[in-house]
Amino acid sequence: MSEAINTREEIVVDPYSIPLDGHFNVAQSHLFEQNAHWAYFERLRKEAPVHFCEESEFGPYWSITRFEDIMHVDTNHKVFSSEGGITLGDQDEDFTLPMFIAMDPPKHDDQRKVVSPVVAPINLVKLESTIRARAANLLDALPVGEEIDWVDRISIELTTQMLATLFDFPFEQRRKLTRWSDVATANLEQGIIESEDQRREELVECLTTFIEIFKERQQTPGDNDLITMLAHGDSTKDMLERPMEFLGNLILLIVGGNDTTRNSITGGILALNQHPDQYQKLRENPGLIASMVPEIIRWQTPLAHMRRRALEDTVIGGKTIKKGDKVVMWYVSGNRDESAIETPDKFIIDRAKPRQHLSFGFGIHRCMGNRLAEMQLRIVWEEILKRFDTVEVVGEPTYIRSAFVKGYAHLPVVLHKK
Amino acid sequence: MAKVTFVQFSGETTTIDADNGDSVMKIALDNLVPGIDADCGGECSCATCHILVESEWMVRVGAGNDQENAMLGLNPDREPNSRLSCQIAMTDELNGLVVNLPEFQY
Repeated sequence: MSEAINTREEIVVDPYSIPLDGHFNVAQSHLFEQNAHWAYFERLRKEAPVHFCEESEFGPYWSITRFEDIMHVDTNHKVFSSEGGITLGDQDEDFTLPMFIAMDPPKHDDQRKVVSPVVAPINLVKLESTIRARAANLLDALPVGEEIDWVDRISIELTTQMLATLFDFPFEQRRKLTRWSDVATANLEQGIIESEDQRREELVECLTTFIEIFKERQQTPGDNDLITMLAHGDSTKDMLERPMEFLGNLILLIVGGNDTTRNSITGGILALNQHPDQYQKLRENPGLIASMVPEIIRWQTPLAHMRRRALEDTVIGGKTIKKGDKVVMWYVSGNRDESAIETPDKFIIDRAKPRQHLSFGFGIHRCMGNRLAEMQLRIVWEEILKRFDTVEVVGEPTYIRSAFVKGYAHLPVVLHKK
Repeated sequence: MAKVTFVQFSGETTTIDADNGDSVMKIALDNLVPGIDADCGGECSCATCHILVESEWMVRVGAGNDQENAMLGLNPDREPNSRLSCQIAMTDELNGLVVNLPEFQY
């Protein structure tokens, strides 16, 4: 699988050497795989912060790259609709998955309200000791002084365990959740799936598995898990009559709780290795974990973008966006916008307002699991600092080939004991 | 100047002499009153500056606009006296305002 990726040699063109016209296209997955997208966004922010790309594999789309403009789009859900999809690519027409992230009010609000209590702070307090015990077990089992893949051993395993807990999913089968998450978001170039048929097949397996669990929980409610909430919530208890909607919302919760936190756990390790002064500051003052966590989430920006569609003609930054146009908010760019964040390319663990970043989005679609994500990162860092002096990155990270999920396939590290 | 009192979930109170025009959110942040996260910095777009206005003040404080209601609508802990503190600016009329902080921000 990874060999197939590595044999593709795409040349990255210097973005300043090509005309900034309708063919200037940031939505190319190989740019992200080669970590070469930064200069493209820098140029757009400076010279064309609201830019129209006429032609791409996803069709024509607008790029919004500045912090303030992104905020404007994200908070105007009456003009910028989420119906029909929230990523650049459109869904397979024969296999559309309705999910509340891709709905407008009032349906969005009704469905979100049913599941949001599971990640409400009051529930997180109950989950904290479980998460901590699992993180501790995982870290204790790691070999010291030899090379390991941080992504597989920690980031994936920890987030998958968390997800299994939230769903009260059979624990020994938890890697199925990881697989379904990967299958749902993969593009065909990544080598995770070979065809859309394969994607459908595997996601239908996910659906049938959860239909059984749903029926079980209808009869015997669990203790505060997500499926029990769906099975008994007023606007979702009949969801089995709309199986694609059920699957859509499952995928949303699986992906939402998986890829994002996974890549932030890895991103934090990489960021501290690239900024050794910050790592030292953290060793000397572990209390800084609280402000480091949102900084990791900003610096990583685990989802590079969210997409909307204009419901009417509208003007941003002097450009007229036509009704029906796709509008892409590049969170990855807004989080590095020097007009909103001071020295944005630097990872600084004690920023004054670390939570003012775009990674969770703003407005009614703001990430529902933001406090859970922060808690997971906080706990994992508290437990790392208790055990290891350094988690040393010993090779280049392998980046994921995607313009949506911004993260890592592998990160080789060596652990050094305290 | 107008006085505003913050009542923590634990019951602890803090009274601040505030400048007219400042939002209740800003007053809390500037004076290190805990309990308000204000992730978005006062743009009415994250709902992490949620407060519960003391009932007798509701008439004078009034209700929020559509955007605020849309954001508050996502909060399972919303009460009839819920408001986002970034959307309440202090005035002489609000001198003496009492607001309660919820146990958690979302």
